Amino acid sequence: MASSRKVRVLVAKPGLDGHDRGAKVVARALRDAGFEVIYTGIRQTPEAIAEAALQEDVDVVGLSILSGAHMALVPKIMRLLKEKGLNDVLVLVGGIIPDEDVPKLKALGVKGVFGPGTLTTDIIAFIRRELNLDTEEAPKAA
Amino acid sequence: MYDKEQARKVHEEKERWEETTVQKALSRFPERYEKFTTISGKPVERLYTPDNVVDLDYFRDLGFPGEFPFTRGPYPTMYRGRLWTMRMFAGFGTAEETNERFKYLLAEGETGLSIAFDLPTLYGYDTDAPEAEGEFGKCGVAVSSLRDMEILLDGIPLDEITTSMTINSPAAVIWAMYIVTAEKRGIPRRVLGGTIQNDILKEYIAQKEYIFPPEPSMRLVVDTIEFAANEMPRWHPISISGYHIREAGSTAVQELAFTLADGFTYVEAALERGLDVDAFAPRLSFFFNVHNDFFEEIAKFRAARRIWARAMRDKYGAKNPRSWTLRFHAQTAGCTLTAQQPENNIVRVAIQALAAVLGGAQSLHTNSMDEALALPSEKAVRIALRTQQIIAHETEVTNTIDPLGGSFYVEALTNRMEEEANEYFRRIESLGGVIPAIEKGFFQQEIADAAFRYQLEVDAKRRIIVGVNEYVEEEPLEIPLLEMDPEGYDRQVRRLQELRRTRDNREVTRTLHEVREAARNGKNLMYPILDAVAAYATLGEIMGILREEFGEWEEPVWF
Amino acid sequence: MNTRSAPSVEELITAALAGDRRALARLITIVENDGEQARAVLQRLYPHTGRAHIVGITGAPGTGKSTLVNAMAREYRQRGMTVGIIAIDPTSPFSGGALLGDRVRMKDLVGDPGVYIRSMATRGSLGGLARATDDVVLVLDAMGFDRILIETVGVGQAEVDIASSAHTVIVVEAPGLGDDIQAIKAGVLEIADIFVVNKADREGADRTFMALQTMLGLGPRTVRHHGRAMRVDMPEGTHEGWRPPIFKTVATRGEGVPELVDAVEQHRHFLEESGEMARRESERAAHLLDHILRDALMARLLERVPEGNFEATVERVAAREIDPYAAVEHLMHEAALEAE
Repeated sequence: MASSRKVRVLVAKPGLDGHDRGAKVVARALRDAGFEVIYTGIRQTPEAIAEAALQEDVDVVGLSILSGAHMALVPKIMRLLKEKGLNDVLVLVGGIIPDEDVPKLKALGVKGVFGPGTLTTDIIAFIRRELNLDTEEAPKAA
Repeated sequence: MYDKEQARKVHEEKERWEETTVQKALSRFPERYEKFTTISGKPVERLYTPDNVVDLDYFRDLGFPGEFPFTRGPYPTMYRGRLWTMRMFAGFGTAEETNERFKYLLAEGETGLSIAFDLPTLYGYDTDAPEAEGEFGKCGVAVSSLRDMEILLDGIPLDEITTSMTINSPAAVIWAMYIVTAEKRGIPRRVLGGTIQNDILKEYIAQKEYIFPPEPSMRLVVDTIEFAANEMPRWHPISISGYHIREAGSTAVQELAFTLADGFTYVEAALERGLDVDAFAPRLSFFFNVHNDFFEEIAKFRAARRIWARAMRDKYGAKNPRSWTLRFHAQTAGCTLTAQQPENNIVRVAIQALAAVLGGAQSLHTNSMDEALALPSEKAVRIALRTQQIIAHETEVTNTIDPLGGSFYVEALTNRMEEEANEYFRRIESLGGVIPAIEKGFFQQEIADAAFRYQLEVDAKRRIIVGVNEYVEEEPLEIPLLEMDPEGYDRQVRRLQELRRTRDNREVTRTLHEVREAARNGKNLMYPILDAVAAYATLGEIMGILREEFGEWEEPVWF
Repeated sequence: MNTRSAPSVEELITAALAGDRRALARLITIVENDGEQARAVLQRLYPHTGRAHIVGITGAPGTGKSTLVNAMAREYRQRGMTVGIIAIDPTSPFSGGALLGDRVRMKDLVGDPGVYIRSMATRGSLGGLARATDDVVLVLDAMGFDRILIETVGVGQAEVDIASSAHTVIVVEAPGLGDDIQAIKAGVLEIADIFVVNKADREGADRTFMALQTMLGLGPRTVRHHGRAMRVDMPEGTHEGWRPPIFKTVATRGEGVPELVDAVEQHRHFLEESGEMARRESERAAHLLDHILRDALMARLLERVPEGNFEATVERVAAREIDPYAAVEHLMHEAALEAE
């Protein structure tokens, strides 16, 4: 019997910032692109995010941070993900991220950084490219 | 307003024009879009004529500035008498750094303070709380105790300026800190002027900076309204805010309707407390977003004044004309700013600011061009302030009141705004009111839908955002970023720890106990909070007591 | 996924049984995605299953199911038991994607090593969900979780289907969701072992409670039998029957939750004492076998039917060229599966 594989994405808002418009719009766009999106809500601790990523066995973790606390939160999340053996998860960060912090986030293992004004189609294309979804002929079991 | 016969004739003639002149042109040059809509997705006609506003009654619907229903303006002379207050929202890092920024802004011609607090403060946490990790000073200034407030306001003439404080769940505590700071300097509370945002309903609806469940939150708000009515005649104890609703992705009419529905809910809660409507209604203030769709925004402000006046007079029975008047602060739309080609943001802000002025705003904040990238730098803030000054002094738009009144288009939009807002009021009513509608996720769902629809339009290039989906440049632009004091956090934490060691901790315990008692027995919380603040109990300690007593709110999720 | 280094199924099972949560998570993914590996996993794990008590929580959207699950899990943890949670949300029929938001209400469970939460989308149609849910339940059961809580989508057939996946079914109601009685849908009433009126601090909670009481009190008692709810008139107090109790809870504050958990445990006890557990287990086994067999036979058939013939036959039936019975005969013949 043919097996089906679904891309699973965790969308999370670490820190205290409650501005969830972007996270929700992206979550919805990803759903409409056929992904299974696990939304964890606002005010998430780095521990909670890493643990949810593990339990849900996601392929992608998308973090939305608009408060400027990204340089405190992202390193911690990346460390916890690695500690839990989630080395191969694609991590994306969206929000208000000054240019000078982008290379720092990438050095931590973040693959994509998306600022205000990013088109959701660009985020979807980025994920598809990074996960090689477009080049696969038939999806295989995980 | 228009002669019926003439309007009918115009209507006929318009049809003729559509069928002949327009058709001929269309056959050669089709229009750019099949349908034209406002940024909120509402249809816009090709041409507006008297037949679009044939039912408009000048006296009933427009009136005169400073008179019911205030459509044309809340004051009789508007900007001919006094310009709007140029109030720039500022705050970052430590109290010392923000104090410096305030003094700079006042020296540059700003006429009122507006304090932005950092996220831990907004959530009622002290800087050194574990929940506050990484957030210190990022979105505003950290104020954990009266000591920080004293430093923040050092050298600022609190009896001369007015201060707006963007604080919601912990508003009572932060306000108490401001009052005690002034009183310790010998300035009595009754002369203090300013605003606390204190609008918890829009937090559940849009911004999500809530702490307690709706019921105890509403009780706290009514406590502050009551306190202001009794003790602080010059203070606005609440700024009923549409800004955040719009930033969360709502349409203009949703912003208008949800904000006013919140306003009615506060009025009803205060009435239920037994307050006289004219004792508190004149001190209610509003805060709106000013977005990109120029005419839609102006119509929104005009409709807001008219709806509020009608409801306050006819539904809530207010007698004092000041209770009928909606006065508002406006801020340009942060969500329209782009990280791409950030200098373009200066232009966006200028156009939005002009709409706020033509819509009759009482005070205005203009966003800085670099806000989609980071905290605003001093230079970016200065350009934003200069934008207001240019509108005020160079454009001459301030010479006459409501210059767009009577525009067929603007009046038609204003009418439609009012109708659609009324339709929303009916829907909210049928859900049992604002709080049940929040619990059912009604607002959240409506806003999320609108935000998503808008994003799809942008993604599909049905809406062009310059520099984002059209006229894109690859070349990055260097924007100088604000440098924060790297020692700030440590200094703040040391100050907090020293405070906890050196204050009279018996007095702190006693006053905190009083806060808990009041939380339980329903007495106005402002008084015990003032005592606790004066004893240097910290924000986190006072809010911690209330968290224990009231519990914390977790929202259901709607996309 | 091809970007991942893939440990073998055997390695994953060994690691998961030794308590590796990462391995457990991957096993669930394999099982959920179905296919060859899934079969291997389930075959290997089946001997380890049969210990967990499985609780289904169903009810309309807005009744606070997630919060109740959260509160129940906390209560079980206080009693020293481990809890596996499966939270199900619908798949979009248009995109095949899904938004799974139940974790938002389960924040306080996240750091607890005795709790494992997995969000699932309904994905396939027609019983596919029930099949995948049963499979994931098996995995969690094999991992030794004492209690497994399944939170259903709360709409449609899935609400009733939970009865065949769970030992104890809790139907959740809440005041203020519209007509008191109408909210309690036909079919759902029959599968309930326990009723909960959540949000009991809200206005109208008493009305909802009384409405339920009236419906249960006046109606005949029900006993589930061979996968179907049967209405049986039974004198009160006989212990062959289980009279579904009604509880009031305020899940956000944990009020009424210890009593609810007591009732679940009593129900478990009742099932065991009365022999109903054995019946339900064979019912579950029959259900499971039924699903697997159907899938296997269908797969076998499709393997044997030449490419495109199945679709073509469907079209012919739709065009009324042949009747569906003749079509099945034809397909069976092509697959050489017809009765000898």
